Amino acid sequence: MAKETGIISWKKLNLGIAITEPGNASQLKTGDWRSMKPITDREKCTKCGQCYIYCPDMVYSKDAEGYFVQNYYYCKGCGICAKECPVDAITMVQEVD
Amino acid sequence: MGIASEALKNFKGFNLKNMPEVEPLSPGHRACQGCGEVLALRLAMKALGENVVMCSATGCMEIITSPFPQTAWKVPWIHVAFENAAAVASGVESAYKAMNRKGIINQPDVVFVGYGGDGATMDIGIQALSGALERGHNFVYMCFDNEAYMNTGIQRSSGTPFGAGTTTSPPGKKSIGQSTWKKNLPAIAVAHNIPYVATATPAYPVDLMNKVKKAAMVPGPAYLHIYSPCPTGWRCGIDESVQVARLAVQSKVFPLYEVIDGQYVLSRKVAKPKPITEYFKPQRRFRHLTEADVAKIQERIDAEYEDILKKCGGDGKGKEEKE
Ligand SMILES: Cc1ncc(C[n+]2csc(CCOP(=O)(O)OP(=O)(O)O)c2C)c(N)n1
Ligand code: SF4
Ligand code: SF4
Ligand code: SF4
Ligand SMILES: [Mg+2]
Repeated sequence: MAKETGIISWKKLNLGIAITEPGNASQLKTGDWRSMKPITDREKCTKCGQCYIYCPDMVYSKDAEGYFVQNYYYCKGCGICAKECPVDAITMVQEVD
Repeated sequence: MGIASEALKNFKGFNLKNMPEVEPLSPGHRACQGCGEVLALRLAMKALGENVVMCSATGCMEIITSPFPQTAWKVPWIHVAFENAAAVASGVESAYKAMNRKGIINQPDVVFVGYGGDGATMDIGIQALSGALERGHNFVYMCFDNEAYMNTGIQRSSGTPFGAGTTTSPPGKKSIGQSTWKKNLPAIAVAHNIPYVATATPAYPVDLMNKVKKAAMVPGPAYLHIYSPCPTGWRCGIDESVQVARLAVQSKVFPLYEVIDGQYVLSRKVAKPKPITEYFKPQRRFRHLTEADVAKIQERIDAEYEDILKKCGGDGKGKEEKE
């Protein structure tokens, strides 16, 4: 939990308050910020990669079939991918929990 | 042949089908939803790869990547102050040079990068930048221009365009908003006679990445001015950063060009320019402008674009505007 929120007790800090793991911000769950969620329609997707390249939060990666899949742990729900997809394959839907 | 053209002789560009997978900046960074500045930084880092030392001014791109006890950086990164990113990069570059010469290390290919926002670069850090460019350090400087001091709450800078509303240039009965014209920092960089200067924006990711890569390949100083939409400060939709950046290019507000060994080259020709009203429309910072204000700004934008075209030697050279 501490890692997901980035909040930890000072008693757990390293000597010299050093951060010893490169890129450990990737523990932070920015997906919590989201109210809208991007869903890809694979029927429409042409695997062009625009969603991957325009996402400010490195959410997309390519799967074995060449589709770009979202990692919802990080997706902040900005909607840029949906707006930039040239074939409107991505829809933003209300997040429910 | 100049030193930049010589170094770029065999340059092979990136393409959308074959993007480097490397992400030297990790997800989990705290940029606002839809931040165009962190998108620009992400793309720049993809182009640079991992053999870099990043020297950061303060500003959003420092704060959102380094909230203790976490860091979004997977590569060496150093932050000292607001005003001295270029001086820090100069020092790091010189230290590596000396250590390589003395045989303490053998790392001749490290790329040194200084970066900051428009406030850090165009205002408070311009002296450090000018010094570093003039001394000829082998480094890249990237200005992520979101046209105000965003991290502290949208104060105007010398990069804020005429007419834009910010918290320190508020529009009202007696104020149009920002009352001065945007400083032309790329031209100031060019005046230092450095080998490479370019403008870029994340709406054209391949173009941006190619320019960052070229800047890294050129020996000596290189300056990149990267137009970086900020939905929070520009008061546009969180899904509109890329679209607004594209409109800035299509309306001639932010022309894309390179200056290689002092020679201006247009990157994309805007064949059918859109009126600036289309660019203004999604952004609340311009919403108060009257028709007369817009006409005055349009005139200035047209003249500045003509000036760039002239420097590029007419209008034939640039590619068609599309990516
Ligand atoms: C000497 C000094 N003055 C003021 C500040 C406060 N400060 C921190 S970030 C910032 C704004 C940075 O604006 P900019 O460089 O445009 O970057 P942005 O946040 O817009 O990306 C300011 C004023 C500081 N850290 N140091
Ligand atoms: S932008 Fe659209 S079409 Fe292209 S890969 Fe993404 S979902 Fe598929
Ligand atoms: S909604 Fe925004 S953060 Fe989420 S995947 Fe799309 S572009 Fe990335
Ligand atoms: S204030 Fe603007 S530049 Fe800063 S993180 Fe938020 S969107 Fe990005
Ligand atoms: Mg700024």
